[in-house]
Amino acid sequence: MRTIVLRLPEWAGHQAGQHLDVRLTAEDGYTAERSYSIASAPGEPVAITVERLDDGEVSPYLTVELRPGDEIEVRGPIGGYFVWPAEEPAAELLLVAGGSGVVPFRSMLRHRRNVGSAVPVRLLYSARSLPDVIYRAELDAAADGVRVIYTLTRRQPPGWAGHTGRVGPGLLSEVAWPASAAPLAYVCGPTPFVEVVAAELVDLGYPPLRVKTERYGGTEGSG
Amino acid sequence: MNESSPRDETPDWALDGNAVGGVLREIFGVEMTTAVATCATCGTPGLVAETVVYLRAPGVVVRCRTCAAVLMVVIRRGDRNCLDFSGLAALEQRAG
Repeated sequence: MRTIVLRLPEWAGHQAGQHLDVRLTAEDGYTAERSYSIASAPGEPVAITVERLDDGEVSPYLTVELRPGDEIEVRGPIGGYFVWPAEEPAAELLLVAGGSGVVPFRSMLRHRRNVGSAVPVRLLYSARSLPDVIYRAELDAAADGVRVIYTLTRRQPPGWAGHTGRVGPGLLSEVAWPASAAPLAYVCGPTPFVEVVAAELVDLGYPPLRVKTERYGGTEGSG
Repeated sequence: MNESSPRDETPDWALDGNAVGGVLREIFGVEMTTAVATCATCGTPGLVAETVVYLRAPGVVVRCRTCAAVLMVVIRRGDRNCLDFSGLAALEQRAG
């Protein structure tokens, strides 16, 4: 896992939750393109967090070979759906992340802090184990009004008192804001994770239009 | 999300319309994940962001989340994009 800060002189500015595309071109003209969620808040230097996937075409380069000062081709910012505009009417926010699906939520949480928003947030973050949790120190120091709930699906440290196992109806009904409060939910993670969580939230009474989803591929892709 | 959803048949590596935001922006010049795409096969309108997207096909394939029909295909050949949008009855995005 590596967080890369990009210096983008022509960057038009981004919204929390947007992504960008990275395109690599080989000497023979072969190109590979992948999307990465922007990990930094609007107004901050643009950063992406890349998980290395051994069979990937782009992530091994970005996580191992890329050096400070190297140039890469970037397109963005992209997306207008999976974004959180802090100035919208203050609905309670539910963020549900699977693995590196937490990346756009880091942008949203930093944005919330930077603009002084008081919107109550619950972040439910499913990771394989504690060392797999990205931005752990930052999340553990979350601002007032932000509650971060972890569930560790594969391995737990000795004495772990938090949640274990995959996100299912039990954990969601315990953690999610009640649907009666008309909360706004964002779900980001691998496709099967998003499918399950979004369907469960609708079962809990969340209107489908209040459940925004972003899926990324199991092999390589945006977080 | 409803009973007619092809969710159970959607493979794990299928993505959603967020993943084609960059390609569509290149073609249309504006943000398109918030556009409404109406399926020519089943007639269901939906946000582009919520379509089913396959990037591992030759080119980019966008399918209807309700009936799984192909809505859009984008194939990049050298420096040009080849588009087949015949699966769409309509594609609407707010102007300006």
